[in-house]
Amino acid sequence: MHVPDGFLDVPTSVATGAVAVTGVSVALRGARRELDDRTAPMAGLVATFVFATQMINFPVGAGTSGHLLGGALAAVLVGPWTAVLCVSVVLLVQALMFADGGITALGTNITLMGIVAVAVGWLLFRVISGVLPRKLVLVAPIAAVAAFVSVPATALGFVALYSLGGAAPIPLDTLTAAMVGWHALIGIGEALITGLVVGSVTAVRPDLVHGARRALGSRDLEIRSTLGATR
Amino acid sequence: MGAGHGHKLHYHGHSPIHRLPAHGKLAALLAFMLTVVATPREWWPVFAGYLVVLVVVIAISAVPPLYIARRMVIEVPFLVFAALLPFVATGPRTELLGVSVSEPGLLAAWGLLAKGTLGVIASLTLAATTEPRDLLAGLQRLRLPSQLVQIMGFMIRYLDVVTDEMRRMRIARESRGFSASSIRHWPVVARSAGALFIRSYERGERVHLAMVSRGYTGTLPERPPRG
Repeated sequence: MHVPDGFLDVPTSVATGAVAVTGVSVALRGARRELDDRTAPMAGLVATFVFATQMINFPVGAGTSGHLLGGALAAVLVGPWTAVLCVSVVLLVQALMFADGGITALGTNITLMGIVAVAVGWLLFRVISGVLPRKLVLVAPIAAVAAFVSVPATALGFVALYSLGGAAPIPLDTLTAAMVGWHALIGIGEALITGLVVGSVTAVRPDLVHGARRALGSRDLEIRSTLGATR
Repeated sequence: MGAGHGHKLHYHGHSPIHRLPAHGKLAALLAFMLTVVATPREWWPVFAGYLVVLVVVIAISAVPPLYIARRMVIEVPFLVFAALLPFVATGPRTELLGVSVSEPGLLAAWGLLAKGTLGVIASLTLAATTEPRDLLAGLQRLRLPSQLVQIMGFMIRYLDVVTDEMRRMRIARESRGFSASSIRHWPVVARSAGALFIRSYERGERVHLAMVSRGYTGTLPERPPRG
C-alpha cells in the first residue's frame, strides 16, 4: 500500500523527498556501471515488468489474494542500482497516472519502497551469499530470505517516519507491533513468490540473474567421458 | 499487439485544461497538494474551498465526473486505515453513534480522508487531461534527469505490450484447465512471472539493439512539439 497525501506532515515529506532525490541520483550513476548505454531501454522494460508483476494476483485462499512488492526481486534480478531506478519510476508513474500514492508523498514512497526495501534486500542477499558456498541452487532461497526481511524492514522505516511526522497520536509500540507483525505475514508471501520467480529464471537463464553472477563465475566446465559407457 | 493507441487513463478532449502546458499542470498539482497537506485540518471551510477549485477545474476540462469517480477506488485500502484510526489512537475519548472513539484519532481520520481524497481527485484530473507523452515532456521541462525521463518513457511505451503478454500467458494457462485458487498454485504462477521477466529483458535487449542500429548514443533526440 502506498502512502497517500496528508499521511505525513510537510517537513517530513520534504525531507524524505530530499533523501529520495539523493538516492535516485546516486542510483543513476550506479546503474550506468551495471548497464552502460543500455540503461534506458533495459531499466524501462524491467520497470514495466515490476509494474506488471504487481498486477499478478497470487491466491491466498478464501477468495483473497496478494501481490508482489518486488524491491528485493528486482535487486536480485537486475542489480541494486537498476532496481532502485525501476521501482522509483514505477512509483512515479503510479502517482502521476494512477493516483496510487500521493504526489507530496512520492519522496516518502520512493525512500521506503525504492531505497529501503531494495537496500535491505540486496545487502542481506550479498551478506548471506558471502557466507554460504557459491552454488546456483542457493540463489533462490537466499533471495527469498532477503525478500522476507525487506518487507518488515520497510514497515519499520514507515514507523520511524510516522513517529517524526505522523498525523494521529497512535502509541508507537502499538503501531510498531501492528505494522511489523502484519508485514512479517506479507513478507512470507513476498519471500515465497520471490524465491519461486528467481528460481524459475535461474533454472532457464542464469546469465540474466544479477545475483547469480558470482555463483556462475565460480562454476567449472565439467567434461564427462563417455568412453566407459560405450565399451 | 492488439492494444489501442491511446492510454486508458487519458480522457481525450480539447478543453483549455487539456491544452495547458504539462509542466505547468504538474507544478500546479504539486503546489496545490503541498498547500492542502500544510493546511491545518481544523480549517473545515478551507477544504470545501479546495474541493470547489477541483470541481471547477474538472467542469472546465469536460471530463465526466463519473469517469473520475470510477478511478477513485484506488484509495479504498487507505480509507480502511483511516476508518481504524479513531479506535486505535490515544487521547480523550468521545461518543460517536454510541461507540467510544478517540477524539484526536477522529480528527486525524478526517484529515487523512480530506487530504487523501483531494490528492486522488487532483492527480486523476491531471492524468485524465494530459497525454503520457506530454507528461514526459513536462517532467523533462521541470528538470527531471533525462535518464529517468527516458526510463519512464520506455515504461509507458511498453506497458500495454507487457501487460498484454501477461494476459495472453494467463489465457494460455486457463485454456489448459488451470485456475489459480490456492497457495499450491503459486509455483505455476511464479514460473509465468519468471518467463515474463525473461521476455521483458530480452525485449529490452532487442529494443536497445534496434536503437543502436538507428544511431542511438545514450540520449534521445528532442521531439518537436505537437501541432
